[in-house]
Amino acid sequence: MLETYLKKKLEEKSILLMTHIVLGYPTFEDSFKIIEKMVKAGVDLMELQIPFSEPIADGPVILRANQKSLASGSRVKKCLDFAEKITGEFNIPFLFMTYYNILFKFGVDTFALEMKKRGLKGAIVPDLPPEEGKDYLEAMEQHSLAPIFIFSPTTPDERMTYLAQFGKGFIYCVARKGVTGAQTTFSEHLDAYLDRCRNATNLPLALGFGVKEKADVDFLTGKADIAVIGTQTIRLVEENGVGAVGEFIRGLRG
Amino acid sequence: MIDRGYYEEFGGAYLPEILISTFEELIEKFQEAKKDPGFWGAYLDIMSTYSCRPTPITFAENLTSHFGGARIYIKREDLNHTGAHKANNVMGQGLLVKRMGKTRVIAETGAGQHGMATATMAARMGFKCTIYMGEVDVQRQRPNVFWMERLGAEVVPVTDGTRILKDAINEAFRDWVTNMDTTHYVLGTACGPHPFPEMVSYFQSIIGKEAREQILATEGKLPDRVYACVGGGSNAMGIFQGFMDDKTELVGVEAGGRGLDTGQHASRLSSEDASVGVAQGYKTYFLQDSDGQMNETHSVAAGLDYVGVSPILAHLKETGRVRFEAATDTEVVDALSLTIKKEGLIPALESAHAFVQAFKEAPAMAKEDIVLINQSGRGDKDIFTVADAFDDPTWQAFIREKAEEYNA
Repeated sequence: MLETYLKKKLEEKSILLMTHIVLGYPTFEDSFKIIEKMVKAGVDLMELQIPFSEPIADGPVILRANQKSLASGSRVKKCLDFAEKITGEFNIPFLFMTYYNILFKFGVDTFALEMKKRGLKGAIVPDLPPEEGKDYLEAMEQHSLAPIFIFSPTTPDERMTYLAQFGKGFIYCVARKGVTGAQTTFSEHLDAYLDRCRNATNLPLALGFGVKEKADVDFLTGKADIAVIGTQTIRLVEENGVGAVGEFIRGLRG
Repeated sequence: MIDRGYYEEFGGAYLPEILISTFEELIEKFQEAKKDPGFWGAYLDIMSTYSCRPTPITFAENLTSHFGGARIYIKREDLNHTGAHKANNVMGQGLLVKRMGKTRVIAETGAGQHGMATATMAARMGFKCTIYMGEVDVQRQRPNVFWMERLGAEVVPVTDGTRILKDAINEAFRDWVTNMDTTHYVLGTACGPHPFPEMVSYFQSIIGKEAREQILATEGKLPDRVYACVGGGSNAMGIFQGFMDDKTELVGVEAGGRGLDTGQHASRLSSEDASVGVAQGYKTYFLQDSDGQMNETHSVAAGLDYVGVSPILAHLKETGRVRFEAATDTEVVDALSLTIKKEGLIPALESAHAFVQAFKEAPAMAKEDIVLINQSGRGDKDIFTVADAFDDPTWQAFIREKAEEYNA
């Protein structure tokens, strides 16, 4: 189980690192190399985003990565095959991140079955609140996969408790309002927010968005269980190429 | 839990967690307003003193004798302030924004009519305003951009995706998830997450309420058929609601673009190309591929050039209450031309889609039959597109001269 794995890892490390990539961006070959470098550099788990044409929760950097991946011919089937290769090759948990229409068009139950067969551990679907996700929750449960739910600073306490009933693995805590990749100053309200998150669940807490450097990871150590590095690695690959990824990740933990 | 706005399998609220509490507040305030007898009164007051309600119905005597069939009536939403039915929704949402105590409004726009209406409402009610508009639409609806900016709105061209209406909606959502404390998103059509389809239809229902009374007062009976163009579906929902419980046949006309067999169109309900999906926060028919990626759409009318459609209309298609047809770009320009010459009316390219279908059907109907067309907006804004469609040489000469002036 994902939760057990994470809690065991947390006995060895004070904070875990989760990274995010868009599959097929810039190419599937590059995606493979990026994942390889991230795993070797000590990343603890990864989100693999299946590109979608209307990613409303994502900011401009990830939005364009989605569009470019699709423009170069990424298909859902190709992402599934690629993920199977990855989970066979690397021994950390991999999750899918994508929007609900991808699952819906594939068939929610079939999609969950494929995830299981291909060795994925769970999924993050940011536009699917549990109220709309009955089929999804049943399918994930049936295939022992972790549906990851999201808390935000605007989520009231009662709703956090409600969401926590459905979440498995960990809870993804959004650090601020806005889309992925925008400027984040971890505010003084963060402690109070994370206290509210802790009170609502025993699951490990992952904190995104906006981790850019070692200082951010240091700041989060002792507050959150998992630091999420999303947009920054995409920017890094765009600016400095795939080769820069390993050093960047190793530098985060120092 | 809140009512999630389903029309059988269509609708819902597929929202990122960050927006859930904003939507709960909106639903609560909207329900409160609906129950407050003073609210609809205040709405009617502003629509009659600031806009032009009730808008008349016009008997199209010359078109009627031209086609020699059913008596053709036109509901004149083009006479609203800012020139389209969009004002009905926008002024209503503006009153809600005041009740919520927010200070900024944002909106998407395709044809620019909804952006114009929102910028106007913001100027009148004292809100800050940002309008998102696809780069392609900025090009084809430039006069509206000019006026929005004069009204004090910031117009942001959207350069991602297909650079049209759906991409403008995505950008507006991205703004909203950052600024929801101060900002209300004035969604322009009967689409999107609950409560927007219901709320926009509620404000637009004024069209159908008036039209039903007017046709009864004029003709002493109800129309046999009502025609409306369908982009997102707000003007169609507006007029159809007046006749939902009657025997009147309701006909929605979508953008056939370059023809349904070319794939270059925006017909979600009248073609076989669309399938049920979830995007932009709601479930409906979308023009999408087998993976669920949205397709490019095409229409001569920016306001109809959209991948999704109102979940309420998707439901009314399934129940058979509304019939859906498509009109091609060429048919639209012909119908527009005829309407201008015969009646001295200039419908928007969007609205002209409804005229196309009425013109196809009226000749075969009996002389005592009545058809009612919703002229959802006026066509002045389409001057560049229409001039191109007519290949008007004197207009082109004028534009060249004007450009020379700027170059001098």
